[in-house]
Amino acid sequence: MKVLSSYKNGRLTLFFKGELDHHSAKKVMNTIDQLIDEYLPRDCVMELSGLKFMDSSGIAVILRVYKRMNEMGGRAWAENPPRQPMRVIDASGIDRIVKISTTMKE
Amino acid sequence: MKTKNYIKMEFPSRSVNEGFARAAVACFAAQLDPTLEELGDIKTAVSEAVTNCIVHAYPDSIGKISLRARIIDNNTLEIVIKDWGKGIEDIEKAREPMFTTGGEERSGMGFTIMESFMDKLRVRSSPGRGVTVTMRRRIAVRTAE
Repeated sequence: MKVLSSYKNGRLTLFFKGELDHHSAKKVMNTIDQLIDEYLPRDCVMELSGLKFMDSSGIAVILRVYKRMNEMGGRAWAENPPRQPMRVIDASGIDRIVKISTTMKE
Repeated sequence: MKTKNYIKMEFPSRSVNEGFARAAVACFAAQLDPTLEELGDIKTAVSEAVTNCIVHAYPDSIGKISLRARIIDNNTLEIVIKDWGKGIEDIEKAREPMFTTGGEERSGMGFTIMESFMDKLRVRSSPGRGVTVTMRRRIAVRTAE
């Protein structure tokens, strides 16, 4: 599991690549914390299209990014989850808290 | 229930084995000709159950996890995941969405996801005597066009 990032005009985009489970979640959270601390972005986009697998550990990661950004007065949302992660998002109901959007065609 | 095929495995509660466990079950389930979505559901449920053992059953030590999967009547996959760890005091409470005794990297959604992705979920435990999670999922039979 890898998190790549890009930053432009106050927007930090995090590209999630690989399998996000409990084994990888802690490292992912640390990486993201450091990136948010470094850039102090206004918006944080979690780009999920590169996720090969995600379980409820991913829900915890998404929620935590959302909470951190919220505390800073910023915004956070997730984009383009593939089918399997989307089913986990649906079952968890976090889409009532965090916006999940699609910006590209499958 | 007649067993048509089965696998049994045992591994230590190291988080690196989460990926192995779900991939192994997915490989075994492949003979039922599941769709990608069905396979994704099964992998997710296994991942949740194994993670529970690692995080909750053996919080401060490495313990033993047993995983059995079998194919039974009606094109159904049964998975039994067992540990010998701390056990669950209140199973009803543990199954509630958002309830967790884990840290901030846990969401409390594990059982909710197992429940919604599998047809049947049974959790047996008593404090100090480990947990046995039994899940079943029927794979739809598809006929060639």
